[in-house]
Amino acid sequence: MMEKRSLFKEFTKGIVKENPVLCLVLGTCPTLAVTTSATNAIGMGVAATLVLVCSNAVISALRKVIPDKVRIPAYITIIAGFVTIVQMLVKAFAPAINDSLGIYLPLIVVNCIILGRAEMYAGKNPVLPSILDGLGMGVGFTAALLCMGIIRELLGSGSIFGFQLMPVQILIFILPPGGFFVFGILIMLANKLNTRAGRKVKTTPCDGCPMAASCSQKAEKCGEKEATENVD
Amino acid sequence: MDNKLYVSSSPHIRSNNTTRRIMLDVIIALLPTSVAACVIFGFRSAVLIAVCVATCVLLEYVARKIMKRESTIGDLSAVVTGLLLALNLPVDINPLIAMFGCLIAIVVVKQMFGGIGMNFVNPALAARIVLLVSFPSAMMHWVTAWGAPAAAQIDATTSATPLAAEAGTYSYIDLLIGRCGGSIGEVCAAALILGGVYLVIRRVISPIIPCVYLATAALMSLVFGLDPLYQLLSGGLLLGAIFMATDYTTSPVTNPGKVIYAIGCGFFTMLLRNFSNMPEGVSFSILLMNILVPLIERMTVPKTFGFVKKAKGEKK
Repeated sequence: MMEKRSLFKEFTKGIVKENPVLCLVLGTCPTLAVTTSATNAIGMGVAATLVLVCSNAVISALRKVIPDKVRIPAYITIIAGFVTIVQMLVKAFAPAINDSLGIYLPLIVVNCIILGRAEMYAGKNPVLPSILDGLGMGVGFTAALLCMGIIRELLGSGSIFGFQLMPVQILIFILPPGGFFVFGILIMLANKLNTRAGRKVKTTPCDGCPMAASCSQKAEKCGEKEATENVD
Repeated sequence: MDNKLYVSSSPHIRSNNTTRRIMLDVIIALLPTSVAACVIFGFRSAVLIAVCVATCVLLEYVARKIMKRESTIGDLSAVVTGLLLALNLPVDINPLIAMFGCLIAIVVVKQMFGGIGMNFVNPALAARIVLLVSFPSAMMHWVTAWGAPAAAQIDATTSATPLAAEAGTYSYIDLLIGRCGGSIGEVCAAALILGGVYLVIRRVISPIIPCVYLATAALMSLVFGLDPLYQLLSGGLLLGAIFMATDYTTSPVTNPGKVIYAIGCGFFTMLLRNFSNMPEGVSFSILLMNILVPLIERMTVPKTFGFVKKAKGEKK
């Protein structure tokens, strides 16, 4: 009973509470780059989710075999293998998406959501929870990308999924500044949702910090280093 | 108890300057330009100015209300923002686009960062750039001004700004009295200079920023082999140098800082005019220098009285 509930939680936490894009602020580069249209956003989200689930499963299965000192190169090799497979599949079955995603498809290899989940979760937990964690994070990533994609496409090109809805086009929304603006607004909304639901927004974010693995600082002293440097 | 003694900490000398008084002076200084705009481009520019000012004031009121803060429309800063934004637009722009610009200026750039005195860039300028990037064709559609030279009227409805026009199309007199294409507030150089002189006499702005800005731009045009006077009088340079770059919130406090800031503005303006595919570089260069102001101020902190600089390598 207890086990089941926590497994379900592993899945749901990635969607709102620890949404990789809006709360952990990981994977910002693909988020800003490919969300110029809703179609691109879904393509990117699904591709990344596939890689995330597979790599989480394999890394979690191999976690006792991989030596601790070379774990990052090992993780990247595994992830790169899956990315290659996904890239070949996309090229074969959805060449249009492959063209519009361009370099960002192979760049999933260094997407910090995938590496971050491998480091933070899959390297420490059994296979089944790792798969669910990957699936939840992937769904959260896709949902955030889809939100941004719809808002930016609607305002920037006046269409959704290519269907023309509005005659007005505010070009700035499909350009980088508009991307940052929509991203900021969505982070604000996610924060608001989380605080309203009574969840405490993390202030010492070691759990969600991409540097957590290599950082030697204690959580409660996080951020103090810069402060002392400024004084000197 | 009736407390008749007013006890406060220093400073004890008070000036009568209030935000409202300063903003009113800026509005008065912008009046010649606004009148010139109405004369040159007709009744439609008056409508455009009215729409922008009304929208800005309304949005400021609503934004403060929503954020449950005290209303600041009394200080007239929203009026100035609306007026400056309107003067930066072409006359035949869709009023809805102008209202969108007001939304960017007041809500996004000004109120989201905390209201007057907290904005990191000039609101009207940021709104103009957002509009320029979002609606490039509408923002660069210049209507022929009243009485413009025949060479500029070939197209009958649109005309190039002096910067894009062929050399010799406009004379200095044309540029001074605004017989050329452009945003409604930038064409009449004489009115802008009049407003600038008023602001300097009223000590609302220090002449350092406009003068150094214009001098740098003139020097740069000499370097590029252009006619300096023509470059100074055309485009948005005077409007930018006198009214945009001197915004209190987004320009440095110290005099050396002001000089560095103004040189940067002039340098980037001429660089953008000559090497970018944009017709004008004033707004982008001022925006860039606005963002650099905190760094400039940190660089030019005045020496505290009696402070002795420590020798290098000496420990505390």
